[in-house]
Amino acid sequence: MEEHGKISAFASRFCTGFYICLVLLLAVDLVSWFMAERKVHFPWEGAPFFYAAYGYVACVALIFIAKGLRRLVQRKEEYYD
Amino acid sequence: MTETIPISAVFILGAFFLPLLKGKARVTWLLILPCLALANLSLAPDGISWQVPFLGQKLLLNRIDPLSRIFGYVFILITFIGTIFALHIKENTQHMAAFIYAGAALGVTFSGDLFTLYIFWELMAIASCMLILARKTTEARKAAFRYFIWHFFGGACLLAGIVRYVSFTGSPAFSFIGLGDPGTYLIFTGFCLNAAIFPFHAWVPDAYPRATVTGAVFMSALTTKSAVYILARTFPGTEVLMWAGAFMTCFPIFYAVLANDMRRVLSYSLVNQVGFMVCGIGIGSHLAINGVVAHAFCHIIYKALLFMSMGAVLHMTGRVRATDLGGLYKSMPLTAVFCMIGAASISAFPLFSGFVSKSLTMTAVAEAHQTFIWLALLFASAGVFHHAGIKVPYYVFFGHDVGITTREPPMNMRIAMGLAAFICIFLGIYPAPLYALLPFPVNYQPYTFFHVIGMLELLLFGALAFTVLTLSGFYPPELRAVNLDTDWFFRLPGRAFVEFCHKPLKGFAGFVEDKVDKLIYVAVSLPQQSLGIEAWLDKIVHHRLTASPFNALKHLIPLKTESRSLSWNMLYILVPFAGILFFILIYGAGR
Repeated sequence: MEEHGKISAFASRFCTGFYICLVLLLAVDLVSWFMAERKVHFPWEGAPFFYAAYGYVACVALIFIAKGLRRLVQRKEEYYD
Repeated sequence: MTETIPISAVFILGAFFLPLLKGKARVTWLLILPCLALANLSLAPDGISWQVPFLGQKLLLNRIDPLSRIFGYVFILITFIGTIFALHIKENTQHMAAFIYAGAALGVTFSGDLFTLYIFWELMAIASCMLILARKTTEARKAAFRYFIWHFFGGACLLAGIVRYVSFTGSPAFSFIGLGDPGTYLIFTGFCLNAAIFPFHAWVPDAYPRATVTGAVFMSALTTKSAVYILARTFPGTEVLMWAGAFMTCFPIFYAVLANDMRRVLSYSLVNQVGFMVCGIGIGSHLAINGVVAHAFCHIIYKALLFMSMGAVLHMTGRVRATDLGGLYKSMPLTAVFCMIGAASISAFPLFSGFVSKSLTMTAVAEAHQTFIWLALLFASAGVFHHAGIKVPYYVFFGHDVGITTREPPMNMRIAMGLAAFICIFLGIYPAPLYALLPFPVNYQPYTFFHVIGMLELLLFGALAFTVLTLSGFYPPELRAVNLDTDWFFRLPGRAFVEFCHKPLKGFAGFVEDKVDKLIYVAVSLPQQSLGIEAWLDKIVHHRLTASPFNALKHLIPLKTESRSLSWNMLYILVPFAGILFFILIYGAGR
């Protein structure tokens, strides 16, 4: 995963395994949603894929905001000297 | 109870024997001291002991109850691990500073009244400052100076608050305070500063990355967590803490994504983790306080583990910035594994310690029906995995290989990291011993099917976002830069103040001097009979009064901040400090 488009064979295999894990996780979530009643604090918390969607959106938002913040707060390393 | 000595005394007194010992005896003493402290605490029964009369007050040195006991245990445990990690260091100064620091943190934890608290509070600030100074670089010295300013400001607020509060209520008891009287706000500010609550958090990412390799381990564990303990005791259920905590969990993660120095990334994630605790204190229910204490316990261990692994990298390679590191897993595989265990714990992966403690706070927030806060904490949970869980191990041990050849760190460092890693996994799998130590009875099962699935989804899809953004080249690259934080507000205006003293103020002094000279000239040109008066005036005005600004200036000019020896800088702090103290005493006496 070094640069855009160029990744080593190991990293590529690692990513494939990682994607398979994600799909399996979603499958388990969906199946268990049909199978059993969920004990939740908020009604929408129990919806299938809620945590997955929230985790993904949160991290993408984090990066976008951080990129914007960098423009605002970043200075040269010698700024305080 | 005189069978046991005050918990804090073991470390503080023990530290002074260190310079007398050499070789194996010294190493043995270093290792035995935490064990003695642990034995002392385990044998001490609950209750108040060691009342020392002091200036008409009673100082209660040893107040032990379930809440202080668990913090005492974890402080002693981390001192033991940190000492093993630092065992290779020959300098006694660092070991002594660390022990006194730990002793002071224990003193704060077990103090029964606010005056004892204050004494240990200041001792903690001074001892921890030594751990930054011991790095012996210009950068570290400057950072230590700023750290001093922050903590003396907090200490002054605290003392002013205590005096006001005690004169108002008549009792220096260290128990629930709650916001109300102005004095309580001052006390609150002092505590918030040590708990790194926004906007008083900037000293953490400023000072911790500049501390010594081993000092940062102690610092990451003691100062902020003792403040968490104090807040949990004095301000539980204060709503503003809930909001402050939620904000604290969220905003540092953006900074952590941008930071280049790995120990700075960890410092920001420390602020984020303390945010979870502060939020729990704001909720204030039994479940929430249990969550706070459990999270503080686990956090101290895994954060120290992360600081140790980055410290080991810094110790072996001399580098700690993301731009200078990469591919270290080949030469430091064991350190990489320990770092990833710490990373998994802080991210609250199932089977790691963060999972069993963070869930308590999250559940407490949900049970208080704070939907917004709950979503903010969930966002922060995904975010902390993003920077501390992925970024730290990825940029240091994997990622772009910069071709550094090095070895694993010394054996003592590996043992210390191994010990911390073991505790992280042990508590993650078997949290019962931790739950048993909590101040309130626990009826909570972290490992339910849905909770595990939900947490895994949250974390792994956060990781997916990282993967996708990195592969698409959108992820912000690591850059050598500083990111402005709230300390800007005192660093630049502070410099402007010094400039002001140097130029306009000095100019004004010269102007006054000139006028006084003229006045004396007029006096001299008066008839003879005024000669006696003139001589008298000259003696008073010229020699005493007008010379005094010059005398003062003679001392002030070499005082350029941060450039002279520490003693001058200390004077700079102590003079206003003494001034504040003076006003406080006048004020206190006037009531």
